[in-house]
Amino acid sequence: MATEKENGRKKENSVMDKVLHGFPGSFFDPEDQGAECSADYSEPHGVDIRIVGLNKSFGENHVLKDINLEIKAGETFSIIGPSGTGKSVLLKHIVKLEAPDSGRIYIDEHDIFAEMKRGTSRDYRYSMVFQTSALFNSLSVGENVGLWLREKRVCPEVRIRRIIRDKLRLVGLQGKEDLMTSELSGGMKKRVAIARSLAMNPDLILYDEPTAELDPVTSDELARVIMDLKKEVSLTSIIVSHDLNFAFHLSDRLAMIHDGRIIETGTPEQIRASDNPHIKKFLYTTTKGISGV
Amino acid sequence: MIAKLLGQTIFFFKEAPRNLPSIFKQLSDIGIGTLPIAALMAFFVGMVLALQTGTQLALYGTQEVIGAIVGLSMVKELGPVMTALLVAGRVGSSMAAEIGAMKVYEEIDALKTLEIDPVRYLAMPRMLACLLAVPALVIFSIIIGVLGGGLISSVTPAINVPLSVYFENLVRAIGYEEIFKGLLKAVVFGGIVAHVGCYVGFKTSGGARGIGQATTRAVVLAFILIMVADYFLTRLTL
Repeated sequence: MATEKENGRKKENSVMDKVLHGFPGSFFDPEDQGAECSADYSEPHGVDIRIVGLNKSFGENHVLKDINLEIKAGETFSIIGPSGTGKSVLLKHIVKLEAPDSGRIYIDEHDIFAEMKRGTSRDYRYSMVFQTSALFNSLSVGENVGLWLREKRVCPEVRIRRIIRDKLRLVGLQGKEDLMTSELSGGMKKRVAIARSLAMNPDLILYDEPTAELDPVTSDELARVIMDLKKEVSLTSIIVSHDLNFAFHLSDRLAMIHDGRIIETGTPEQIRASDNPHIKKFLYTTTKGISGV
Repeated sequence: MIAKLLGQTIFFFKEAPRNLPSIFKQLSDIGIGTLPIAALMAFFVGMVLALQTGTQLALYGTQEVIGAIVGLSMVKELGPVMTALLVAGRVGSSMAAEIGAMKVYEEIDALKTLEIDPVRYLAMPRMLACLLAVPALVIFSIIIGVLGGGLISSVTPAINVPLSVYFENLVRAIGYEEIFKGLLKAVVFGGIVAHVGCYVGFKTSGGARGIGQATTRAVVLAFILIMVADYFLTRLTL
C-alpha cells in the first residue's frame, strides 16, 4: 500500500499533471497549509424534499402517476419496486434531468422547476450515483473525483488534491488516484462514483440501483460504505433499488412504487408488516423464492 | 436543435481559456493525428492531378501552365475539400462515437448533475480545435500536394516542365485572395465536421447499435454538408 501511495505521489507531481492542473504549492510552502475553499464549499446540511402530484408520460406510457412523497432532512430514504415501475424516472426528476408533465418538487420548500424556469440559482448541492457509475473514461480516478472542484474552482489546487485523497479514503480506495477507470472492477467504479459525488459536499445524494450488476459480497461492501457515510456525513440520501436486503439495512424509511404509483411508505418494519398484496408479493419473490412455486 | 447547439457552442467560446488542456488534447488528436494521412493523400492527389492535366496540356503544347493549374486546384478546391472529408471520416465519426457513448452510458447526465454544461465541456473544445486544426491541415496538404504535382511535372517525359517553370507559374497564379478563399472554406468545413459530430453524438440513443449508427450518420451528414457548403462558398467567392 505504501508503494502505491508513493507511486501515486510521484505521478501526481509529474510535469504533465502540473501542466493540466496547476502547481500544487508555492516554492516556499510546498504543502500550502493555508489553502482554504470558498464559502460555496460549505459542509453538507441535508435537505427536506416534498413531491406533490407528480405525473410524467413518455408518449402513451404514463410512467409516474400522481406521486406524493415527503423525505426529511438527513434521512436515508429508499424507493423500492420491480424494474420498469418508474423509480429511476422519479429520481431523474429530483435532479432535474427530467421535467414533469404536472406536479411540483420542493427542496427546502423551494419549487425546483419554477426556479429552473426563472433561472435562479439553487442554494443546495445535489449529486447522483448512476446505475452505470457514469465515470469519465478519459479521466483517471483522481480526475473523476476532482472534476467538479476543478471546474467550479471553489478550492485551490493543493486543497483539491487533499479532498480527492480524503474522499477516496472514505470509500476505501486510498492511493488509487492514478488508476484509469478501465482498470477498476464494478464495485470499485461504484465507489469512485460515490467519491465523485461526495467531493461536491452534497446536501442531497441519490443512488440509482447502486447494487445493480454487483455480486452479493461487493453489494455488502458497498452497503458498508454507504452506512459509514451515513455516520460521518450529514446529508439526505435517496436510494432507488430492487435489492430489498440492501434497502432494508440502509434506510430510515422506504416507499414502494408499483405501476407508477407510491403504494406504501414507512419504516423497514412497517413495510415488512404491510398487508398490501403487491408488497407481500414483492417481498416474497425477492427474499424467499418464486411466487406460486 | 442543431442551430441551438451551434449558438450555445459559439456562446461558450468565451470560456476557452479555462478549457485549454481539453482544447490542446483535441488539437493534438485532430491535427497531429491526421497529419500523416493528410500528407500521403495530398501528395498522391497532387501527383495524379499533374499527371492527368499535364499529359492533356502537352497535346496542345501548353504544359507550362501546369504549375498554375495544380496550385489553384489545390488551394481553392482539392486541399480544403479532400482534407475536410478526411477529417470528417477520421475525427467527426470519432466525436460522434465518443459523445454518443457518453450519452448512452449516462456520462452526459452525470456532467449535468455535476453542474458542468456538456456543450461547454465537450462541444466547445472540439469546435475550436477543428476551426484551428483544419485550416492548418489544409495549408500543409496544399504544400505537399503542390510538391507532388511539381515532382511529377518535372520527371514525367510526356510533361517535362522544369521545377523552376512550374513554381514560377504557380506563384504568378496564386495571390492572397486565392489563399484566403481556400482557408475560408477550410474554417467552414472544420466547423461543419465538429458541429455534426457533436450534434449527432448528443442525439445518440439505443446502446451499442445506436452508437454505431451515430458514427455512420455523422460521416454521411458531414460529407453532404461539406459538398453543399463548398458549392455555395464557391458561388459566393467567385
